[in-house]
Amino acid sequence: MDICIDKDLVIVGGGPAGLAAAITAKENGIDDIVIIERDKYAGGVLRQCIHDGFGLQMFGERLTGPEYAARYEEKAKELGIEIKLNTFVLDITGDKIVRTVSPDDGMVFYKAKAIVLAMGCREKSRPAIMLTGERPAGVYTAGLVQRLINIDGFVPGKEAVILGSGDIGLIMARRLTLEGVNVKAVYELMSYSSGLKRNIVQCLDDYGIPLYLDHTVVNIHGKDRVTGVTVAKVDEKKQPIPGTEEYVQCDMLVLSVGLIPENELSKGAGVELNPVTGGLFVDDNMSTNMDGVFACGNVVHVHDLVDFVTIESNNAGKCAADYIKGKKNEGEAIEVIPENGVRYVVPSTVHKNCDRKTADFMFRVGKVYKDARITVYDGDRLVRSFKKSILTPGEMEKIKLAQMDIDSASQLRIGIEE
Amino acid sequence: MYDIFIIGSGVSGGFIALELSKYDLKIAIAEKSLDPANGCSRANSGIVHGGYDPIPGTLKAKLNVRGTEMMLEMAERLHIDYDRCGAYVIAFGEDDDKKAYELYQRGLTNGVEHLSIVSGDELLKREPNISKDVTSALHSGTTGIISPYKMAIASTELACTNGVEFLRAHTVIGMEDMGDYIRIDTDKGVYEAKYVVNAAGVNSAKIARMLGDDSFDIIARKGEYLILDKSESGIVNSVIFQMPSKMGKGILVSPTIDGNVLLGPTSHNVDDMYDKSTTKDGIAEAIRGAKRSVPTVNERKLITMFAGVRSVPTTGDFVIGQSKANPRLFNVAGIESPGLTSSPAIAEYLVGIMKDCGIEMSTKKTYVMNRPAEKKPRLMSQADANALIAKEPAYGKIVCRCEQVTEGEILDAIRRPAGAVTVDGVKMRVRAGMGRCQGGFCTSRVIEILARELGVSQTEIRKQNEDSKMLYRTLREE
Repeated sequence: MDICIDKDLVIVGGGPAGLAAAITAKENGIDDIVIIERDKYAGGVLRQCIHDGFGLQMFGERLTGPEYAARYEEKAKELGIEIKLNTFVLDITGDKIVRTVSPDDGMVFYKAKAIVLAMGCREKSRPAIMLTGERPAGVYTAGLVQRLINIDGFVPGKEAVILGSGDIGLIMARRLTLEGVNVKAVYELMSYSSGLKRNIVQCLDDYGIPLYLDHTVVNIHGKDRVTGVTVAKVDEKKQPIPGTEEYVQCDMLVLSVGLIPENELSKGAGVELNPVTGGLFVDDNMSTNMDGVFACGNVVHVHDLVDFVTIESNNAGKCAADYIKGKKNEGEAIEVIPENGVRYVVPSTVHKNCDRKTADFMFRVGKVYKDARITVYDGDRLVRSFKKSILTPGEMEKIKLAQMDIDSASQLRIGIEE
Repeated sequence: MYDIFIIGSGVSGGFIALELSKYDLKIAIAEKSLDPANGCSRANSGIVHGGYDPIPGTLKAKLNVRGTEMMLEMAERLHIDYDRCGAYVIAFGEDDDKKAYELYQRGLTNGVEHLSIVSGDELLKREPNISKDVTSALHSGTTGIISPYKMAIASTELACTNGVEFLRAHTVIGMEDMGDYIRIDTDKGVYEAKYVVNAAGVNSAKIARMLGDDSFDIIARKGEYLILDKSESGIVNSVIFQMPSKMGKGILVSPTIDGNVLLGPTSHNVDDMYDKSTTKDGIAEAIRGAKRSVPTVNERKLITMFAGVRSVPTTGDFVIGQSKANPRLFNVAGIESPGLTSSPAIAEYLVGIMKDCGIEMSTKKTYVMNRPAEKKPRLMSQADANALIAKEPAYGKIVCRCEQVTEGEILDAIRRPAGAVTVDGVKMRVRAGMGRCQGGFCTSRVIEILARELGVSQTEIRKQNEDSKMLYRTLREE
């Protein structure tokens, strides 16, 4: 017989999302909470993000990742929230039983009234971009390199090529340079960088590291350790152009080729995934399709800024608390549908007749738009439109709609018009 | 002075060492890599073949059938997973139908059991994702799936439990017949042995020539593969082959013993026998081939690509036996498919030959028959897991998130005889880093555990070979 511990709220993941959700749930009257964290500390990936720029929205300060995490970790501790460190969730079942394992407690089952999924995301690796060639040591994802340097204290190479100009790739270009690594260049498949503008300036331009757009790595050389890579220019279809290949000597290839929500546990539990993003479909209460299972942060959709993760997670914690207290949102909900260049929208359903003035909608576009409009339609009726001088896939967009607009709609379609 | 010096710790070397370890002999197994199974045994289809394909009368035919016979017991003794999931060799049209029937007849001649011809309609009932163009198929009920590298590692380990010495990172650079013994020069020192077993895979022709044997040569034939995520398991329930040709058994779609899906291999001769690179064209060819059998294969669920180099003998059959050039040399060469299947039978057959050649072998008094099973908390009941973790807390610490591998399993892999010393060695033994994130999460943790356990700096930890260090320098005082 398996022994189960009853809990009001089980939070899977002790990163910024899980911490914020727990704190808000506690502040809303839920005492019986446990956060399950697989690492030996809370804070998630923030612990290895020692650069600054976190917290501008929440605190109006430029904090480092560990500082930002510490504020929430300390708050959680002050409130007496239990955090189980070194504890790994093996699986979650449909009846909200969470199976965990840890060196201290062994295998423990929790039976939860509500669950908040806050597992974050992981990096895509070499196969995700079908990168062929040899399989030597020295091919690492950017986040792994960041962990090796900032947490473990090891520099993994001498000469680096970085593929992908997402934020982690850019930040690691600078970090590696500061540790004396010769960062030869950053190559980007797309015609634009998917990183924040400030990171291109502060991490590449300030250090004279070239960024080659419309380029990719087509081959990896080296039987034991990387000895070099072949790069090539790509055409409009993102296929390498024959004759443009160039050999670049290096002993390390750093991959920053995207993040993917880590939803294996969600899938196992029966939560519905968004096939476009690998994230989750949630409503405006951050509730998934499963009763009593909420989600927030990068497991729902990959954010650019942790501050927005916190805001989203506060909402999830509040709604989970309401759910546990029996305050269910029974009102009518309408669908929110992405169209015309919008890849997805969070939330994917929104309730009518709620006691709030506005509701937030977050989304990403699939390509770069200049001087375009974000449009919100209900059938043929234009509900709202927002002018934008630029929209890029690298930056998450956030719009606010008045609750009265939602109340009068039967469906919302969010798209881009040029 | 060793009685027997085995060169190469792939499946052939491993099983030969294991078979010989029954006897009172002083045995070494030299491997040029740091861990066993770094050549063809690491990168092949992982199939235990039925035995309908080899030409009757060949060693391949005889040892394939015997190997399949031995495999159930061997997998049990070694505690490695083995699933007789069966296979279909599918036919597209009349020509193929005939070939399928020929294979069926050949199988009967080879003494293969559980063969039958099924219609296209029947096959679609059993394997609904198969191409609708399939007209018939040969079904082989004894075909199964197994982990090829676990075969090599487990056999080497159990041989070492029984007293065989594992000489890792030893490259044989020359040999000389000293009359009463063979002098073996390696990059790590000189060894002496009465007999040498050449199980050096793609290097076996080179090794044979060191003692004047040029009776065979090896053609390196590369095969590229893709592995799909576990989410795709169930697309096929058995191994799906196309009609074999001169270049091999063709591109297959197969479940793997660990729950993934395998596509491949391609088959192209290469000049460089260490060319284990994947190529754009090769991968595209493997995907095309796989889709011909199973059109709904989703290559976007790819989690890794790899290539292996087969040792194709110029003689057309396995080269097994005493060398005509030097009676102290025994060759086990050209072990291409069905080499994995045959490996326990190859060992049995070779040791028989060695006895016939007058090498004295007296049975040891104590012989460990079985390799201890690995403990996997993720598969245990709560009570069993808790009993284990209370005793050994490392079994409660998950290191590889995708495959849910614990630190306890990794420590065990390192501490076993001929244990893991590299990141890939850990990966092949316990699957840490083999999941969908491909080591993004666990690599740094595995390096840390290896360094701690081996008592070296983390900068000394390698991926596979000596020149494959993972880290360059430390930022801290050690």
